[in-house]
Amino acid sequence: MAFKIASSPHVTQNLHTSTVMQRVILCLLPGLVVQCAFFGWGTLVQVLLAIIVALSAEAAVMKLRNRSIKASLSDNSAMLTAILIGVAIPPLAPWWMIVIGTTFAIIVVKHLYGGLGHNLFNPAMAAYVLLLISFPVQMTTWIAPSTVVMHSPSVLDSLQLIFNIGAHVNMDQFRLGIDGVAMATPLDTLKTDLSMGLTRTESMTKAIFDGATGVGWFWVNLAYLGGGLVLLKLKAIRWHISTGVLAGLFVASSVGFLLSPDTQGSPLFHLFSGATMLAAFFIATDPVTAATSPRGRIIFGALIGVLVYIIRTQGGYPDAFAFAVLLANLCAPFIDYYVRPRSYGHSTS
Amino acid sequence: MTNYREIAWQGLWKNNPGLVQLLGLCPLLAVTATITNALGLGIATLLVLISSNILVSLVRDYVPKEIRIPVFVMIIAALVTTVQLLINAYAYGLYLSLGIFLPLIVTNCIIIGRAEAFASRNNAFSAAFDGLMMGLGFTLVLAALGATREILGQGTLFDGADQLLGPWAKSLTIHVWQVDTPFLLAMLPPGAFIVMGLLIALKNVIDKKLKEHQPQVATEPSVTRARITKVS
Repeated sequence: MAFKIASSPHVTQNLHTSTVMQRVILCLLPGLVVQCAFFGWGTLVQVLLAIIVALSAEAAVMKLRNRSIKASLSDNSAMLTAILIGVAIPPLAPWWMIVIGTTFAIIVVKHLYGGLGHNLFNPAMAAYVLLLISFPVQMTTWIAPSTVVMHSPSVLDSLQLIFNIGAHVNMDQFRLGIDGVAMATPLDTLKTDLSMGLTRTESMTKAIFDGATGVGWFWVNLAYLGGGLVLLKLKAIRWHISTGVLAGLFVASSVGFLLSPDTQGSPLFHLFSGATMLAAFFIATDPVTAATSPRGRIIFGALIGVLVYIIRTQGGYPDAFAFAVLLANLCAPFIDYYVRPRSYGHSTS
Repeated sequence: MTNYREIAWQGLWKNNPGLVQLLGLCPLLAVTATITNALGLGIATLLVLISSNILVSLVRDYVPKEIRIPVFVMIIAALVTTVQLLINAYAYGLYLSLGIFLPLIVTNCIIIGRAEAFASRNNAFSAAFDGLMMGLGFTLVLAALGATREILGQGTLFDGADQLLGPWAKSLTIHVWQVDTPFLLAMLPPGAFIVMGLLIALKNVIDKKLKEHQPQVATEPSVTRARITKVS
């Protein structure tokens, strides 16, 4: 019997980056399916387009850097970034937006900082912010879920709108509710109504809301939550960041709700609106750009949750995860500096 | 250092104030949304730089070392005020669009930097030439940045050139392509940072290529061994 002499860690697991990324992608699928069910085929088209662009950009950069193209394409990280951008942007946004965003994410945010493992910012969220501040109109025009609109887009409609061919379809017709009034996302609607002097309960009677949360968005978030729990079970991610995000958002929105129930969304509304579950399980948990120690990760997550609440209620944009994640990315080295795990055999001081 | 060729090379490329010294970044990033604004600010800086270099060089023997910085700053401030009044009088549109960045030329590090590093040690002619070259180098970077951002952002070149040159220049505006939705990022300060980074990267690539193409001077190791044993 041979005794191997190796340094720690002694418990090893044969888990490659590509396997982890693959599991994350698989766990994203239920959410993607539900999103397609409510918002039409546009999301799927965006995701496919993003994947093609991301893989081409990755290959081009790898060629420039004289690295192995095959190795970097097979680690699935570019594909995950592409899928995250694809599900995050509005389903019927024009094609050049996702091309610009994905190219920026892969080339500028990821590879100009040194490639996988060296990037400061989450590539998908940086691309989202780039698109949001560059094209605010297109990025905030979401179509309404198919259960409450007069017409929902067919595959052909989606393709025509995304690639801007055949001018007889107009995006606005897919935003009209049964009463013929254009609808925005639940977060957007609540924000606009509150700013117009309506109370929360008055706003919640609109067709886009279903009791406490938004129609469709509740199920989308639930599907991402389910996928995220599977991801936890598979140990592809650890629980700290996701719990931190959800707890931070829950506590902050509860405090706001208790202080002023008429002018603030309920905690349930915040947890199941917009990108909450997607971001909590799939975006904030990016190991490269997050804090590294368990305690640091809880702080990192809670910071995102609280920031999301503040930006959602006080800021100019309806949803806030992209900004919150980027701001927390900036704080990650700072958190790591102050939150250091106790090394074995030493006291905490 | 009265080698004019060397001064030109330093100012325009090797020691370019925008790309290498990274001085005056604040106006560089803030006003380069269009090439007209960029050229306006570049020319204003160029004028101030040449005249401040000449004046500083002329008074360099009469200013005590201890108070030279305040004296230089006062000279520069006077010149900037002159340029500001001139632009206010003859290019009012540009004056409005440059806004606070015009008086802020006073604090531009390039000007005090060249006054301190070059003009206070050289005669007036070479100081003027240095100011011209440094100013040109800065203006060229501003123009490149402004052109890139304007094309990316709104698909035009020389939009609003009439503010700088008068009403006849309205026809100078070139529509490079038709943009339905302006690419706001290129017009906003973050776009300036990104394009600036890419310009610096481009300069580094060109430098590297130039270095590769230069004939390698073979340097033979010319060590002569000292004999320590006696040859018999």
